[in-house]
Amino acid sequence: MSTLVIAEHDNSNLKPSTLNTLAAANAIGGSVHLLVVGSSCQAVADACAAVDGVEKVLLADDAAYANQLAESTANLIKSVAADYSHILAPATTFGKNVLPRLSALLDVQQISEITEVVSEDTFKRPIYAGSCIATVKSNDATKVITVRATAFDPVSDSGGSATIEAVTPEGVSDLSSFVGEEIAKSDRPELTAASIVISGGRGMQSGDNFHLLETIADKLGAAVGASRAAVDAGFVPNDYQVGQTGKIVAPDLYIAVGISGAIQHLAGMKDSKVIVAINKDEDAPIFQVADYGLVADLFDALPELSDNL
Amino acid sequence: MKIVVPIKRVVDYNVKVRPLSDQSDVDLNNVKMSMNPFCEIAIEEAVRLKEAGTATEVIAVTVGTSASQEQLRTALALGADRAILIETESSLEPLAISKALAKVIEKEAPQLIILGKQAIDGDNNQTGQMLAALLNYSQATFASEISIEGDSASVTREIDGGLQTIKVSLPAIVTTDLRLNEPRYASLPNIMKAKKKEMDIQPVDSLGIDTAPRLELISVEPPATRAEGIKVESVEELVSKLKNEAKVIS
Ligand SMILES: Cc1cc2nc3c(=O)[nH]c(=O)nc-3n(C[C@H](O)[C@H](O)[C@H](O)COP(=O)(O)OP(=O)(O)OC[C@H]3O[C@@H](n4cnc5c(N)ncnc54)[C@H](O)[C@@H]3O)c2cc1C
Ligand SMILES: Nc1ncnc2c1ncn2[C@@H]1O[C@H](COP(=O)(O)O)[C@@H](O)[C@H]1O
Repeated sequence: MSTLVIAEHDNSNLKPSTLNTLAAANAIGGSVHLLVVGSSCQAVADACAAVDGVEKVLLADDAAYANQLAESTANLIKSVAADYSHILAPATTFGKNVLPRLSALLDVQQISEITEVVSEDTFKRPIYAGSCIATVKSNDATKVITVRATAFDPVSDSGGSATIEAVTPEGVSDLSSFVGEEIAKSDRPELTAASIVISGGRGMQSGDNFHLLETIADKLGAAVGASRAAVDAGFVPNDYQVGQTGKIVAPDLYIAVGISGAIQHLAGMKDSKVIVAINKDEDAPIFQVADYGLVADLFDALPELSDNL
Repeated sequence: MKIVVPIKRVVDYNVKVRPLSDQSDVDLNNVKMSMNPFCEIAIEEAVRLKEAGTATEVIAVTVGTSASQEQLRTALALGADRAILIETESSLEPLAISKALAKVIEKEAPQLIILGKQAIDGDNNQTGQMLAALLNYSQATFASEISIEGDSASVTREIDGGLQTIKVSLPAIVTTDLRLNEPRYASLPNIMKAKKKEMDIQPVDSLGIDTAPRLELISVEPPATRAEGIKVESVEELVSKLKNEAKVIS
């Protein structure tokens, strides 16, 4: 039994979600290899080789993989797939884009976004926006799986000494090409990696009012998130969205401000350790999952909170 | 240009789904069913491309039970020209659904196939990408903007760090994200007109594909419940609790 984990990176840095995915691979058992697909990404391969418990790093370094487009990346993974019983990737927009394509190329039914490894062929995963948890057993020869990062504690990024082996490009496709990217730059921690998240909803009323949250975020070293309603209203960019169809977070502290607590939002944050809700409606469903609820007008509460920190 | 839009009948997004008491599956008895919200966005985008003169025909297709005719009629009322039901009594997995859809697409030969990014029942987020692999077509998932430019399409995608734009050659598979558009409601005259539009029904067995399940559903449980929380009276009390009781801030 051996597992291949697809590393997520931006050609310079290894993304933390890879370390959580490796923890799921360790829970499955057997040897664990990492595959780096990218361009001029030797630094990433070196970082991977140092990760605790990784036996071997496969490196496909070619200009064709600069943007890790789904067609070429899936074809490349397929070319090395025969050696593995399990192929895992983080359930991020990267993993969600590439892995189902691979899965169909291998004629395998993927298991999406697992939150627990029961045994080498049986896994738990949330369905219906986390309203239910399904246990599923795979009868496919190769198990193709995406992993919910927040459900697994990351492995250590040091202590390993894996060998790095080059992989020749295979099945490079010109069906799609990269045009451009608008990547949000922020000094705050990344939403999915932050230990404190403060999110605003429709109750914030405008994008400008998000500075009330940002002031607090900066005092706490927190990331800022949002409900779908706040993103749809244009208050903040799409990558702030927490929920069933946005990002899944599970920080030590989640503060929901002016968010009603729709099931689709709860799906993205209800595994946080401590939840605080600030809402002027005492019947808002968010209070049902909150450890500490404050019924208040956010425009009074936020400045006061900032002063108290 | 022809556009095919695969849609799925799912539990309405307002329904809170629970496991059956024997935990063998989810309890879908007497719950409201609707078109998957991301599929509504897919239909809307296709209809807008037709209204803009870019597309000539919009075909809605679903793989499902006879009851899915209801959602196909909704698609027709929203502006699709005709509908195809690949009928099956079993609930198929995304791989099998993709195989069935691939057969329909080989026959219809559309230039664009728009799917939802995710069905809100299984939360799989697989079918579009699998379909693209089976057909060896280009793929653009999680689209928030689509523009057709000759024999290719430029698609802006919602990714974790922000937005990415890629160019895909046609025929292409696109999956919709929430901000692609705001779907319209079907008007009463259009609902009436939809009743007369063509709906082709074929059994899945006639496609000659392997639909055997690969996964076994062992059990369905409710999620872990959280301990009941408290209401605090003031911001001061909140900060004190977070510092001294929960110890999550210092
Ligand atoms: C397919 C689908 C997918 C979805 N995915 C997601 C998702 O991933 N994430 C997500 O968040 N949603 C998602 N949604 C949307 C979800 O159903 C809700 O509509 C959304 O979460 C509501 O956002 P909100 O709580 O900010 O807004 P609202 O429900 O409008 O709530 C605003 C809250 O602010 C409070 N408020 C207003 N003014 C003040 C004030 N001055 N002080 C204090 N409180 C105030 C109100 O009491 C209210 O509770 C999805 C929906 C669909 C159909
Ligand atoms: N049974 C089906 N029939 C037609 N299209 C489907 C079906 N299941 C899923 N789809 C399409 O695939 C998208 C993603 O579904 P999923 O991969 O199940 O999350 C949906 O939004 C639909 O567009």
